[in-house]
Amino acid sequence: MTTSLFFVQLINGLQYGLLLFLIASGLTLVFGVMGILNLAHGSMYMVGAYLAWYFVQQTDSFTLSALISAIIALLIGIVVERTLIQRLYRRNHLDQVLLTIGMIFVFNALQSILWGNDPLGVQVPEAMSAAIPLTEVVEYPVYRIFVALVCVAIAAVMYFMINRTRLGMLIRAGESNREMVECLGIDISRLYTIVFAIGVMLAAVAGVIAAPMSSIVPGMGEHVLIACFVVVVIGGMGSIKGAFIGALLVGLVDTFASVLLPQLSSMMIYILMAFILLIKPQGLFSS
Amino acid sequence: MENNKKFLRTLLAAAVTTTLCSQALADNAEPIKVGVMLPFSGIYAALGDAGRNGLKLALQEHADDLHGRQIEFIEMDTEAKPEKAPEIASSLLDQHHSDFIIGPVHSGVAMGMIKVLKDKDTIMIIPNAGANAATGPLCAPNIFRTSFSMWQPSYPMGRVALDSAYKRVVTMSWNYGAGRESLEAFEEAFTAGGGKIVKQIMVPFPKTEFQSYLSEIGSINPDAVFVFFAGGGAVKFVKDYDALGLKGKIPLLGSGFLTEGTTSAQGPSAEGIRTTLHYADGLDNEVNTKFRQDYRQMFGKEADIYAVQGYDAGLLIAKAVDKLGGDISDRAALIKAMESTKLLSPRGEVSFSKAHNPIQNIYLREVVDGVNKVMDVPAAKLEDPARGCKL
Repeated sequence: MTTSLFFVQLINGLQYGLLLFLIASGLTLVFGVMGILNLAHGSMYMVGAYLAWYFVQQTDSFTLSALISAIIALLIGIVVERTLIQRLYRRNHLDQVLLTIGMIFVFNALQSILWGNDPLGVQVPEAMSAAIPLTEVVEYPVYRIFVALVCVAIAAVMYFMINRTRLGMLIRAGESNREMVECLGIDISRLYTIVFAIGVMLAAVAGVIAAPMSSIVPGMGEHVLIACFVVVVIGGMGSIKGAFIGALLVGLVDTFASVLLPQLSSMMIYILMAFILLIKPQGLFSS
Repeated sequence: MENNKKFLRTLLAAAVTTTLCSQALADNAEPIKVGVMLPFSGIYAALGDAGRNGLKLALQEHADDLHGRQIEFIEMDTEAKPEKAPEIASSLLDQHHSDFIIGPVHSGVAMGMIKVLKDKDTIMIIPNAGANAATGPLCAPNIFRTSFSMWQPSYPMGRVALDSAYKRVVTMSWNYGAGRESLEAFEEAFTAGGGKIVKQIMVPFPKTEFQSYLSEIGSINPDAVFVFFAGGGAVKFVKDYDALGLKGKIPLLGSGFLTEGTTSAQGPSAEGIRTTLHYADGLDNEVNTKFRQDYRQMFGKEADIYAVQGYDAGLLIAKAVDKLGGDISDRAALIKAMESTKLLSPRGEVSFSKAHNPIQNIYLREVVDGVNKVMDVPAAKLEDPARGCKL
């Protein structure tokens, strides 16, 4: 592998990892604070992508479409939490799995009814359609760099929010001891609604910004959910720092394995996960 | 009083019996049962919908050929999952006694179906799955295909690549039956003429993260790239190929599925891509023009190859039923009637090989303004070699 190819693959791996982080962060946040494993998380990624497509058709502006989609996702999160998720807090994990898997089926059916089954595409916004030449043949699209920067920015905002704001303090407290937080007079149910809505919105925003670089098809949510789980398990359930490191690891390993070990490449991220769990059974940074 | 009651009861019984009998006589015979095993959910749902739409359009248009017999459709969703195939196929055969079973899209599902339906009392018509084996080692008298074998659309591209003076080509596809067979066919023709496949990239199915592979292609810098991708994967591949700057520098060739039903989602990235396929939406003949118009009117969207193949399955049924005057109870006669049928398909004239695969033209298409325009016919009336078939 030449140096320039190595460099290109490094960028590929990091960018893929950063996007995975954006998707996985919502999943791990919800699990860490609320103890809910939301299997319909991938469906929110899909909803984000389809909403982005729909509003780009209606408004012809990617920015406007992104904003509207994010707000709708937030609202969906609030509604789903109030009507469905709230009933799960005192129940066991199997009930959570059953409900959230059921939600996957509902979302898939809604997608089929509302937007049909044909593959859809969103074009990269004009302003970012340029590319930076890397070698004499390969050039790197500016939009992918933008996506990577957005993911880093959101990671930074999350870090700030969790470590430096009151809401973040409540989240961290809720993660360590739910009952105590309730005893201290905090309205825990409002906290949960906010956290769940944020988690869902993160997944949808990932779907929106990834839309111009992906193909919008039925089943795209389940596809991404599996990689998400690997990231969250590697990083430690509930740890956002873990999700960040885990996502970068998965992105880099998957990218380099696909070109260096093509026969094993489909298994590499699971081999990585197994290896890490052998050394640290709770993941890299268990909360 | 008693006699009156008896008389009335007898009269009632007679009336009911006559009504029932005349109903049966008026029906002429039972409806023809057509089982439809296609994916109506999941990643291939669009292909399943198109196939079913085409099938129904054909049978509706040619209702007169059916000699008064009605069609009863029994639709089942395969979700493109091979593990569901045996159960669904058995149900359509044993429970519903289907005369025809149309399906599937996915080659893995086809293999499962063939295991159950081979040599049984039903006619299986494949409206898409291209696995070479279905009209190869696993061929059977009651199995027909109105689509293609993976070999057919890809083989002529080898010649096209040689004629364009490409010497070093990279091939790429998903690592599954359809992908492997497609790349093998291209390689067979290309290397026979002195071309060299410098690298074959097999991506785990259904992975759509292509960045790393495309970067590798950029560093190899071949004369051209030949790929097989379909559906959502095709959309992403073409967009990623363009975004990474390879479009315009390294010519992209593909089996036609790369640009079937995907050009609107691919946008400007698809312009100029050359593919070979047994159909093109821009094909200029009467049957195609009328077909596309009718399809657009009935279903509100543009027809594609999957719709054409479903349509031809319906045409095949209609023509065969017509030849037999509506009586399909003699399966051997039905098979003979189907074998000798020549279809006036939107793709051109289609006849069937001994292995029951279509003998058809392969067109070289180029995407111009989002439509596949026919540039040439690199292979006319191409017959799949049907290696391993004993028919």
